Parts: sequence; C-alpha cells; structure tokens
Amino acid sequence: MAFNMDWDVFTQDATVADGPWWEYLVAGIGWTLTLSACAWVIALVLGSVIGTLRTTERTWVVQLGNAWVELFRNVPLLVQMFLWYFVVPEFIPPLKRWMVGTEPIYAQFMAAVLCLGLFTSARIAEQVRAGIQSLPRGQRYAGLAVGLTQAQTYRYVLLPMAFRIIIPPLTSETMNLIKNSSIALTIGLAELTFRSREMGELTFQFFPAFAAATVVYIVIAMSANRIMAFIERRVAVPGYIAGGGK
Amino acid sequence: MNFDLGVIQAALPYLWKGMQYTLELTVIATLGGLFFGTLLALARLSSIKPLSLVATGYINLMRSIPLVLVLFWFFFLMPVVIQSLTGAERPPFIGPDRTAIITFIMFEAAYFAEIMRAGIQSISRGQVNAAYALGLNYRQSMTHIILPQAFRNMLPVLLTQTIILFQDTSLVYVISGTDFLGATSKIAQRDSRLVEMYTFAAVVYFVISFSLSLLVKRLQKKIAIIR
Amino acid sequence: MPMIDIKNVSKWYGSFQVLTNCTTSVEKGEVVVVCGPSGSGKSTLIKCVNALEPFQQGEISVNGTGVGDPKTDLPKLRAHVGMVFQHFELFPHLSITENLTLAQIKVLGRGRDEANERGVKLLDRVGLKSQAAKFPGQLSGGQQQRVAIARALAMDPICMLFDEPTSALDPEMINEVLDVMVQLAKEGMTMMVVTHEMGFARKVANRVIFMDRGEIVEDAAKDDFFGKPRSERAVQFLSKILHH
Repeated sequence: MAFNMDWDVFTQDATVADGPWWEYLVAGIGWTLTLSACAWVIALVLGSVIGTLRTTERTWVVQLGNAWVELFRNVPLLVQMFLWYFVVPEFIPPLKRWMVGTEPIYAQFMAAVLCLGLFTSARIAEQVRAGIQSLPRGQRYAGLAVGLTQAQTYRYVLLPMAFRIIIPPLTSETMNLIKNSSIALTIGLAELTFRSREMGELTFQFFPAFAAATVVYIVIAMSANRIMAFIERRVAVPGYIAGGGK
Repeated sequence: MNFDLGVIQAALPYLWKGMQYTLELTVIATLGGLFFGTLLALARLSSIKPLSLVATGYINLMRSIPLVLVLFWFFFLMPVVIQSLTGAERPPFIGPDRTAIITFIMFEAAYFAEIMRAGIQSISRGQVNAAYALGLNYRQSMTHIILPQAFRNMLPVLLTQTIILFQDTSLVYVISGTDFLGATSKIAQRDSRLVEMYTFAAVVYFVISFSLSLLVKRLQKKIAIIR
Repeated sequence: MPMIDIKNVSKWYGSFQVLTNCTTSVEKGEVVVVCGPSGSGKSTLIKCVNALEPFQQGEISVNGTGVGDPKTDLPKLRAHVGMVFQHFELFPHLSITENLTLAQIKVLGRGRDEANERGVKLLDRVGLKSQAAKFPGQLSGGQQQRVAIARALAMDPICMLFDEPTSALDPEMINEVLDVMVQLAKEGMTMMVVTHEMGFARKVANRVIFMDRGEIVEDAAKDDFFGKPRSERAVQFLSKILHH
C-alpha cells in the first residue's frame, strides 16, 4: 500500500493536548456521550409532552404541537446548529454576553445541546403521538367510563402502553441522536468525530483515526440497542403482541 | 440590530448556483441510492448465506456511523486508495463534489435498502406462494408480483427518505462543498451577515421541505383510497 | 401410476415434527378430501405436493415427476399443478384479466391475445365475465375465490390443489365457490381438497383422508368414512363438525 498505517500512533503524544492520542479521542467520546445524554433528556421530556398534547381534542393545542414538529423537521440539523450558535444569541443579549464571556467549549456545548434536544424532541413527539393513536379507541373510552379524568386516562391507561409500543422507534431515535451529535463539530465542539479528523490531519494517519471513531460509534450503537432491548423485555406485558406481527 | 435584506438579494445568483448543486446531488443520490438499495435489499433477503451476510454487514455499518464520518472517510482516504490502486505518483484530486456524490449514493443505498426490505417482507407469504404455484420463478415473481406491490406500499416512506436526503446534503459543508448552505455560509462570512444569511437559508429549506412533505401526505391519501 | 403419489413423507420445522410418515395417493380423475382439526398438518401436506413447502423425508411425485428431486424444474412442475388458496391471493395491483393472463404469458409463453381469450372464457365459466376490467379489491370474497380458480385453470393443469378454499368466506358466499368446484369434479379434474365442508365431500369426493397431529389417521372411500369411521379421533372430529 502506498500509504503506511502506523497503528502505534495511538500511543504517540498528541500535539494538541497532554497525553497520547488515544486519550485525546477518549475525551472526545466523553463529549459525544455527554452531549447526547443531555440532549436526550430534553428531547424525551419535551417530546413526550408535545406528543401527548397532539392527541388531545383541543384543536389549537394540536395545531401548536404540529407546528412545533414541522418547524424542526423541515430545516436541516446543520442549519439549526448554525442558528442556535450564530443567530439566536443576537436576539437574546444576556445569552450572547454569556457565550462571549465563557470558555468557547461551553458556549458550543450549550448551543449543541439546545439544538439537538429540540430537534430530537420533535421526532419523539411524532413517535409518542403515533404510539398513542395506535392504541384501540376503546381504551380511552374505557378509562373515561370508569370515571378517570382525561389526565388520569392518559397517565394510567394510554401512556403506559404507548411507551412500551414505541420502544423500538425510540431506540433508533436514540441512535440517530448519538450520530447527529457529530454535527456539533461544525461549530467547533471537540467531540469524537472532530478529534478523529484532527488527529488524521496532524499525523496523516487518517485510516487509524477514522477506524477508531468508526469502531466506537458501532460499539455505542450496539450498546444502545442492547440496553433498549433489555428495557423492552423488562417492561413487556405478558401475552401482548405490540404492533403488527410479521 | 438591523436586518439587511439587500445582502440576500445581491447574493441570489450565487445562492441559486448552490441550490442547483443541492438539487442535483439530491436527485443523483436518490436514483443511485434506490438502484443499489434495491439490489442490497435483495442480497440481504437472499438465501445465499455469504451474500446475505455481506449485505447485512454493509447496511448495519452505514446505519451505525454518522454521515459526517462517512464523508470524512471518503474525502480523506479515497484519493490515497486510488493512488495505491493505480500506482500513481500523487493522490488524484477528487474534490468535494464528486466525493459527495459517491458518498451519498453509498450511504443512502443502505437506508433505502432497509425501507425496501421492510416493503418486500410486508408482502404476505401467500402472494409469494400464489406466484410460485402458477409456475413463476424467483425472478418473475419478484419482478411482476412482489416488487411492484412493495414499491407501491413503500412509496411514501421512500419519498420521505428523499426529503431527508435533501436536508442531509447540507453536510457537504464539512468537506467544504458548495451547496446551498455552503454558498450561504460563504456569503455570510464574507459580508459578516450571519444572522440574515442563516435565517434566509433556514426559511428556504423549510419552505421546500414542508411543501414536499405536504405533497407526500397528499399522495399517501390517494394511495389509501386506491386500496 | 397415480397422479399424485405421497410416500412416507415426514417434515420438521426445526425440532418440531409437523408431518409423520404420511402415505397416500390420488388417481387421475379422483377427488380426495383432506380433513382434520387445526394443526393436523393438512395444509402443510398439500403445500408439499407442489413444493411450496420442503419436506425432509419421503417422496412425492406428481404425474411421475419427483417433487423432492433436485433435478426437477419446479416452476415447470408448478405450471401444471393448479392451486387455490384460503385467502384467494389474487395479485391486488393487477386487473382481473391481468391476474389470469400473467402466468399464461410468462410461464407458458402464450401470446397476449390467446391468453386474453382463454382468460375471458374461464371467467365466463365461473360466472364473472363482467368483472374482467376490475381489480381484486373491488370484488367480494366469493368472487375473488372464483377468479382464483379461473386463474389456476388458465394454466390447463393436470390436477388441482385446494387449501381450505372456503374457510375465509362469509357463509352466504361459500356455495357459489363450492358450486364451481363441484362442476370441476364432475368434469373429471383430479382434485385434492383440504376443507371442512363435509357436504361437498359427500357430494363429489371419492375418498376422504382424516389427519390428526401430523399423521394420516384414516384414508377411506367416502361412504366408508362417513358410515363407519374406524378411528376414535375421526369419530370425535365428525361429531363436532357435523352437528352444526
């Protein structure tokens, strides 16, 4: 091969940080996972609320929820990232002051978390809505018929089943979130993909660098899958086949 | 703070060129992705074990790693690989445009393959049996019975994936491609007009994506009636 | 030589045995009804006859051609064995006419005009000539099943297999399909029919096979079967379904 692959590069000193390259990449993994986790919490909470609201009878609430979903779905994630980092602070002076004053990485992290969190919340809202609406209509009536209020019907009858049903699409949404975290590199956040490119550019060992990043993402994806499958088994309702069987 | 629309107006011709590239890339990647995706799906479903394993491995790989990383793989390593294959003196210049086309086709093929696989598997076993019972062979059953029905069922999902692809083309930014977003970004930085330009970009993407998704919804209603 | 010859056929799904040592045959022009409780393997057995389901042990031959033989050209074999399914399985994206002509053109190599002509004739035979341009979704279950029979007949089969042809039909449509099948039997078609419709069996069957849990428990001439069934299980089964 014309290019030489030096796998020892991982133990060599990173020129941009103290310690070897592998440590530098691992720190990047840390940022990727932290970013994903924080965004996921925002997305899940916000998405569940909005998704549930979209199944109520109040038209304006439903329409508001729909507008939320459509807004975040129809603009590319990268553009949203730029908006949060470059445009939004211009309209909120205190935010801009904080971002300019603090360490760049915190400003980048903040923008990235908000961006990813809200973007994913729209997608989760869609899953939650679909999950609730896939339940038989009779479930809602049955809840109301025994005297539960609408809120109670959601809390005790509809949502428990809906969330079990949407565990598979939620899993793939989680994996999407982790992959999308890489887009934060465009505003300078030094997550895993950013660092692997940097390592490649500085050592010319692109193959090892990207291979390492690839392996890490694959491992993260497989782990996320396993965890969700475990959760699905733990909360499964005996005798109930969710959705349509093949 | 003043919102200067004049900047946008002046830049329109340049931005239009960027949009042309975006649209071209979307169309080429969709067609290429559909073609290879169908082949991949058939390979994945085939009873030839090695073929099925390779296809599954490829699909899972492409779906596990970020598109940004795939773009980097192709952008930084394709010239070097080609150099060693052809024995040239220096790595050939591939450039962001051609890299993007190859990357997007290969990436989207995996996603289209999964959609096609779900579509093919959603056709009941009874249809397959009926086709075979009449004496049709595998190729004939696929061509005349299974794939036409699968495509019809999956059309809305395929179109939605195309809309996603349209948005994903913005990622050529990371390899300095000049699509619509890239063009917008260049103007924004040149004229220091980030707010106007990025807002404009967001609005344009929104209008196009939203309109397309409304069309898909209408198509879905039409298909539901035909059933 | 029997038209359909089944010898010592056993089949497993993984470690679960679904057919155990089944042996029977259908002579040319015979009408054989296969009945039994759910899970008895009757649908599986009939699907083995035209190799839609593989079997691990035993032999099946249709008109002398071995079905399990790796050298057999299966599509060619299936072209001459007509099959009618429980859920009709018409091709929803094709018109009725196209459903009838597709295999004629692609498998038998007939010209489009010839295929159309035969299709129309068969539609007429099952009483549905007016529906030629419609699509399966626009027809009732009984109509769809009659088209399915016509589709199988369009291939000029040497024998016909029926897998519970009326089980998915509303009661008022069962007779229109059975009438077509009775007519076929009277015209001398070799038929193997999995069904619960004992009235049909009494009318046109030559023999009745009773299956239970993957085995052929009884295989007798029609009158013997209904008059003096020999096995306990057959007696129980008949008593359950005949008092309706």
